[in-house]
Amino acid sequence: MATIDTPVQTAAGGPAPARPPRTPRGRRGNRLWVRIVVALLLVVEIYPMIWMFLTSLKSNDDYLNNSTWSLPTTWEWGNYTEAWTTGNIGLYVQNSLLAVVPALALMLLLGTAAGFALQIMVWKGRSLTLLVFLAGMMVPPQMILLPLFTVYFRTGLSGTLWPLVLTYVGTGLPLTVFMMATYYRTVPRELFEAATIDGAGILRAFWTVSLPLVRNALLTVGLVQFFFIWNDLLIALTFTNNQDLRTIQVGLLNFTGDFGATQYGPLFAAICINVFGTLLIYLFLNQKVMKGLTSGAVKG
Amino acid sequence: MHRVLGDRRAIAILLGPALLVYSLIMLVPMVWSLGYSFTKGNTINGFTGNGVANFSRLLDDPAVRDALWFTLKYAAVVTAGQVIAGYLLALLYVFFLRRASALIRTLVFFPVVLPTVAVGLLFQKFFQVAPQTGPVNSLLNALGFESVDFFGSAGSAFWVLIVMDIWRSMGFYAVLLFAGLVDIPDEVLESARLDGATGLALIRRIVLPLSLPVLMSSLVFSINGTLKVFDSIVALTNGGPGTGTTPLTLYMFQTSFTYSDYGYGSTIALLLTVVCLMVSLVVYRVSRRDLTEG
Repeated sequence: MATIDTPVQTAAGGPAPARPPRTPRGRRGNRLWVRIVVALLLVVEIYPMIWMFLTSLKSNDDYLNNSTWSLPTTWEWGNYTEAWTTGNIGLYVQNSLLAVVPALALMLLLGTAAGFALQIMVWKGRSLTLLVFLAGMMVPPQMILLPLFTVYFRTGLSGTLWPLVLTYVGTGLPLTVFMMATYYRTVPRELFEAATIDGAGILRAFWTVSLPLVRNALLTVGLVQFFFIWNDLLIALTFTNNQDLRTIQVGLLNFTGDFGATQYGPLFAAICINVFGTLLIYLFLNQKVMKGLTSGAVKG
Repeated sequence: MHRVLGDRRAIAILLGPALLVYSLIMLVPMVWSLGYSFTKGNTINGFTGNGVANFSRLLDDPAVRDALWFTLKYAAVVTAGQVIAGYLLALLYVFFLRRASALIRTLVFFPVVLPTVAVGLLFQKFFQVAPQTGPVNSLLNALGFESVDFFGSAGSAFWVLIVMDIWRSMGFYAVLLFAGLVDIPDEVLESARLDGATGLALIRRIVLPLSLPVLMSSLVFSINGTLKVFDSIVALTNGGPGTGTTPLTLYMFQTSFTYSDYGYGSTIALLLTVVCLMVSLVVYRVSRRDLTEG
């Protein structure tokens, strides 16, 4: 803290600058090098996306024989239907949705209830319980894969999407519980006292009073967890030993195999489908996504 | 009042399901996995006791040594890259773009939400030399250089991996660190400028010490994530060429599922866990000391 005090104290007595101090904060990027850096940044961020999209519209010949910079000679929109049907991307997207949606719903429900119990309710041992949940964030998922594989295999769940749903809920709960408990910290307990005096039980107060209050937090946590689960490769790769159960990520990783020889157009179309899905969500909810993901990091 | 908020039945109903699922999916398997380390075999063929053989094998296995070294090297380079690139971007946002930075911030952040597999495949094609000369090699050719087979040697594949993971995540760290920089009061900066501190001196003497806490938490978060790297390597190089870019996570996966050795796989997973905990502890200790001294 000494570092702040020193300049403040000497500010009055310090030598007056010969010319007005340069104030970078005041100049709004009108320097040449700032413009160059920003332009470079834009190219680095956006060009790969454009290149990927243009390539997804090329025929195999066009891709292999013409310059990588060129526009498609013929615009092969058929690559997308090819990827969706022959490449099975349609099936994979469906599998992903069937795993992600129930997992997300279950995780939010359980996590919010637990967050409420840990933050609003008053009982001995709740900070210890929260710590137990937090420990789950430190341990790498490799530590739980093999026993879970055995359990899913023995119970006959292996041929279904249930292993994915259950594992996603379990691995997502620590962050969900922690973030929801943090959000409940801003809700005063008196609110629930009032609600229960009016005759509602505490469980009812949780459902009808507290849930509407943390609606925003639910959306934020839901978004963060959606991206984690949707983009997951490790768990999906471990538990989908059947081709028909592949999620979009596992399917994309093995995409080349399904055609025999590599079909570059459909491959890029498949990458595009995968990317544009998440990009679309980001387009509409980017501020929420940025806030959610970074707050998850600071707390985790 | 406390009778209502301390209602044991309600607490059990609210907390029970989450605690049960968490215990069954996370806590029990962790202990169970520990037990697997002393066995040999897999789910299909059954397990047999193996004593401490897996642990002595772990100590002698050159593949483990390589994978551990690769994991640490990768984590160190990517963590440094992510946090430095993010910090430079955050400085750019705060000091040079100010109002105009919202759009750039949002734009540089977007690769964070992209599926890693898609990004991995994209970079693979972006840096490839055959069957098509990718954009990076085309650019090298246009500048008069020979094409480089980036994925032909472990060294160059490693750098493509680094570039990709920094590209993917620098926007994230930029936003994280931006939040820390915006919190620095204007008066502090103003008075430092009146003292004649400009440019680098201002950043080194004033901005850097004041943003140290958020810098440290970025570091902790980054190292924790990079030690567990899996998706991006599987998608970009799948550990190759040879085993040149194989981290512990991938070696554990291959041992378990390609070679069906769950016992040894669990032992590698345990090593990974110990490494993660130890590194986190060290970084945490160091950051605490820095904060109290600063």
